[in-house]
Amino acid sequence: MTVETKLALTEQDIRSFSEGKQEPSWMTELRLKAFGELETLPMPTPDKTKITNWNFTEFPVHTVDSSKFTSLNELPDEVKAVVNADEQKNIYIQHNNTPAFLSLSEDLKAKGVILTDIYTAIREHSDLVQQYFMTDGVKVTEHKLTALHAALLNGGVFLYVPKNVVVEEPIQVIYLHDDKAASLFNHTLLVADENSSVTYVENYLSTVEHAEGLANIVTEVIAKDNSKVTFGTVDVLAEGFTTYVNRRGVTSRDAVLEWALGMMNDSDTISENTTHLVGDNSEGHVKMVVVGRGKQKQNFTTKVIHWGKHTEGQILKHGVMKEEASSIFNGIGKIEYGATKSNAEQTSRVLMLSEKARGDANPILLIDEDDVTAGHAASVGRVDPLQLYYLMSRGISQHEAERLVIHGFLAPVVNELPIEGVKKQLTEVIERKVR
Amino acid sequence: MSTLVIKDLHVEIDGKEILKGVNLTINTNEIHAVMGPNGTGKSTLASAIMGHPKYEVTSGSIELDGEDVLAMEVDERAQAGLFLAMQYPSEITGVTNADFLRSAINSRREEGDEISLMKFIRELDSKMEFLEMDLDMAQRYLNEGFSGGEKKRNEILQLMMLQPKFAILDEIDSGLDIDALKVVSKGINEMRGEGFGSLVITHYQRLLNYITPDHVHVMMQGRVVKSGGPELAQRLEAEGYEWVKEELGIEDETVGQEA
Repeated sequence: MTVETKLALTEQDIRSFSEGKQEPSWMTELRLKAFGELETLPMPTPDKTKITNWNFTEFPVHTVDSSKFTSLNELPDEVKAVVNADEQKNIYIQHNNTPAFLSLSEDLKAKGVILTDIYTAIREHSDLVQQYFMTDGVKVTEHKLTALHAALLNGGVFLYVPKNVVVEEPIQVIYLHDDKAASLFNHTLLVADENSSVTYVENYLSTVEHAEGLANIVTEVIAKDNSKVTFGTVDVLAEGFTTYVNRRGVTSRDAVLEWALGMMNDSDTISENTTHLVGDNSEGHVKMVVVGRGKQKQNFTTKVIHWGKHTEGQILKHGVMKEEASSIFNGIGKIEYGATKSNAEQTSRVLMLSEKARGDANPILLIDEDDVTAGHAASVGRVDPLQLYYLMSRGISQHEAERLVIHGFLAPVVNELPIEGVKKQLTEVIERKVR
Repeated sequence: MSTLVIKDLHVEIDGKEILKGVNLTINTNEIHAVMGPNGTGKSTLASAIMGHPKYEVTSGSIELDGEDVLAMEVDERAQAGLFLAMQYPSEITGVTNADFLRSAINSRREEGDEISLMKFIRELDSKMEFLEMDLDMAQRYLNEGFSGGEKKRNEILQLMMLQPKFAILDEIDSGLDIDALKVVSKGINEMRGEGFGSLVITHYQRLLNYITPDHVHVMMQGRVVKSGGPELAQRLEAEGYEWVKEELGIEDETVGQEA
């Protein structure tokens, strides 16, 4: 299998871009090395989804210039709807490729919390970023798309929570996409140092109907000893994008990482979410809801890999497929040799709303250690006509009955999401998508 | 006064004819009991009136105050004033009992004229108390994990909240202990009156000790074969169905057999 990578960009373009951003030499080198390996690296191979004809490499322009915001009042209404302007003190907004707004409370600044756009972080916190950027989490040379990401990185955010700091209020990041020519090579790097705690919520929000670019998104969450990270997202990327999104976490001893992922894209999407439970006693929990519609094709591969002893991994995914949408839900619980007393659990459920919708749930347990527990449940099915009959027999219209059944189907996951704001946003997006 | 008229109703399921010409007229302010042994088409009658997707009406008619019920979708039948308390209510995960009931009530009201939350809660609480239900059940997922008795009470709760013109109760007494039976009957008797008629389907006379019917019908072989007053139910209780079969020359009362 060969995939042509005909980038319009040259090595010199990459170098100029990096220098233009005043990046330290390690970053320029990292980009160039990634660029140099693009041709030889293979594409990723998401199980059960054939992506050979997907466009992951052609896009109109590398970066677009967009306006900045001087206050939250200037935000477009669609963004205002997901920001609580009165209460949200800690927020970063990226407008297409432009760092557009940043606010971090004095209190958190004083405690040493860093929240900044990725360019500034690479420049001003070079050592710290270099230590964690594509080292323990996602590797540059994993495959063609991670290398492409590293070479073309054009946005993202860095959040660092120092030792012993507990951030009470959620930190919010918004990636606003309102230029159809824009491509998003965004990198979210979140480092929670020992004994720290933070809740982070990001939104990918397209306000254009149709996108022409690429979204190649990498997120790394590094949860150090005894830290607690709650990572929530509501992704609403427009149709037209080809989206590759890789969200990965690494937990040290006693750390807890909770993912709450609302995957509401209208684009074709390959989503990879992996949690490496490296430290003993650490936990990784994944909760994901998906609504697919139109002719969308999506693949959601969720992995929790147990390396440490007494580690706890849970995956809970519910997806609704409308119209001609199709989705593959791969769930992988892997327990490595030596990870004694670990527990890997997963549940995937897919509800199909039409004859042409497709869903497939593949639970996989890979266990190389005897002294462990593990379990999985998976179901794929259509809306039960008797449920609709029952609801309709009380006067509820078929449409409303379907709406209730869909919300009900997703509710066990939505209700479990650890962040109230995400829960509310997600419910609203689901409402829009199933209407 | 409203009237539900069923004329020469023929119904099939999976190509097999179950109802073979049912005739029945029910007015509001009347309670009709439909009795009969198992397999005679009683539940099919209930499902056909409500519009269950598996049952196909092949001929005959059902009219509610002159309106053609068979031309209506299931939700339109409910809006027109029909209600079926089901023998096996569906369980619906993620939808609370309260949200479901509110949607059902609002489906009968114009947009902008939805029932206020306070009024809804007040009514719900008082009806739940009347039916001796645990108030927590309002926030539980619809019928999910409910015991048989809880499901039946929940059907009656819906009946009382929705106030239909005609309620069909499909073996509401099955699986109920005597206390639950009394509560369920209390709910139905509470509904009894000018604007309400009911078709009570049962194969035990026991329920009719608590809900006195005005009319009693016996179904066999997919038809109403005998009608009478409350005394008919009592005779059935005392003597069983054999005498009816003998009187009519029926050997096997179940559907698919001819006299």
